[in-house]
Amino acid sequence: MPKYLLLKHYRGGPEPLRPMPPMDQWAPEDVEAHMAFLRHVSEMLEANGEYVDAQALTPARTWVRYGGPDAAPVTTDGPFPETSDLVAGWYMIDVESHERALELAAYVSSEPGPGGTPLYEWIDVREVMS
Amino acid sequence: MAEAGPAPWDEDALRALVPRVLAALVRRGEDFDTAEDALQEALVEALRTWPEHPPRDPRGWLTTGATRRLVDARRSEAARHRREQRTNEPPPSGAEEGDDTLFLLFCCAHPTLPPASQVALTLRAVGGLTTREIADACYVPEATMAQRISRAKRALRGRPLDRAGDLAVVLRVLYLIYTTGHSGRRDLATEAIRLARQLTLATDEPEAAGLLALMLLNHARRDARLDAHGRLVTLDRQDRSRWDRRMIAEGVRVLQAALARQDADRPRGRYLVQAAVAALHDDAATAEETDWPQILAWYDDLVALSADPVTQDPAAVLGRAVAVGHVLGPAAGLRETERLRDVIGERHRWHATRGYLFERLGDRAAAAAAYAEAGRLATNVPERDHLVLRAATVLAPPIT
Repeated sequence: MPKYLLLKHYRGGPEPLRPMPPMDQWAPEDVEAHMAFLRHVSEMLEANGEYVDAQALTPARTWVRYGGPDAAPVTTDGPFPETSDLVAGWYMIDVESHERALELAAYVSSEPGPGGTPLYEWIDVREVMS
Repeated sequence: MAEAGPAPWDEDALRALVPRVLAALVRRGEDFDTAEDALQEALVEALRTWPEHPPRDPRGWLTTGATRRLVDARRSEAARHRREQRTNEPPPSGAEEGDDTLFLLFCCAHPTLPPASQVALTLRAVGGLTTREIADACYVPEATMAQRISRAKRALRGRPLDRAGDLAVVLRVLYLIYTTGHSGRRDLATEAIRLARQLTLATDEPEAAGLLALMLLNHARRDARLDAHGRLVTLDRQDRSRWDRRMIAEGVRVLQAALARQDADRPRGRYLVQAAVAALHDDAATAEETDWPQILAWYDDLVALSADPVTQDPAAVLGRAVAVGHVLGPAAGLRETERLRDVIGERHRWHATRGYLFERLGDRAAAAAAYAEAGRLATNVPERDHLVLRAATVLAPPIT
């Protein structure tokens, strides 16, 4: 069965369907509903036998490259353009088909936002090479 | 005693035998590396077969099993090529069983090893955990953990292991195990408590007891730390009826005995002082009844243990700032946190503490901003979720 990464982003990707304030400015009950949904997604994937892994990343980013012989690594930690991609985390799933991966990604994207309405967040679906 | 006859199957008793058997092998002149491997194989075999066929003499069984594997290993080794140096360490003379644990802890906490290796080696050679269990608890693949352990043992090869090490390093390794993880079949916090308990049987250093007390007094609150949905609950909001009273009583006993033992030659150390703070929290029936003046006095002692507490022990200064916030008011507490801005101003805990103090001050906007920043800097999901939720909650209009 093919494996897919369903990537969530802090920023980047297609134009959001609607503007969204940061989560720390939502109503507390909406924050709780959102977090409960994310826990539910993991549980559902496990129950389906489709779960491989789920992780979240901190937003801090450092780019690094080889500095050359006898030189320290070269690093830069920003600032980066506001539009640059920043991955927030992922679900890795093991599913029957590409269609199933898209279906699950759309379900993740239906996560509740402010006022309990769906976030319509863009999810980046990537197939893992076997 | 468990060795008197076919005892009922007891996994903890089996694990408690591991350091004793290993120490005996090493004292007999086997090298640590191969003896530990051999014992681990015997242990895995024991875990497989003992539930069905408990041995009459578990310790003898493990020693024999490990010895047989050592003989096998030596035969195949000899067939390849002669083993280089390994004879110039005279086997240390026979010693008490209590010393075995101490001896092995010093080996595993060897200062040349990086902390992650000290942890892994201690869990295996003293804790009797299998590589798989350690890997699960540390969230790494089993092959990675196996490699980490064999590299650590390779690093120890040829180093004299009979010299008494630094107890402070052993204590730090045990505390690291305590805070490392709570997943997998074996909870590492429980393991650390078991190891610290073994350690206190081998030494009467007040700091060893202090560490055991600290772990017990914190671990007693474990069940209250998460709610039914797995969300973090801070100390002031915990359901105190879910605290483990028996564990608290044991922690207090250990703490008091250690405090009675400390004197001018063995002044109280940081674990003992932190245990005293934990005991005061555990002692309060409600958050409001917490004896903050006494807690502040202990924090004064704690920061006095460092020559320059702000850089050497910022966590203590931050903890003290919370106590100051309760005793002298949140504004005074916030002033205390300012001293730490250059040192830990980029850490989530600094912002979270300030969020708490701003909240007590009634400055909801500042509290929300501090919690939100703490959430951005947090490095674990339950804490991040908790901080984001705090930010949202303090901003929300109060329920009327």
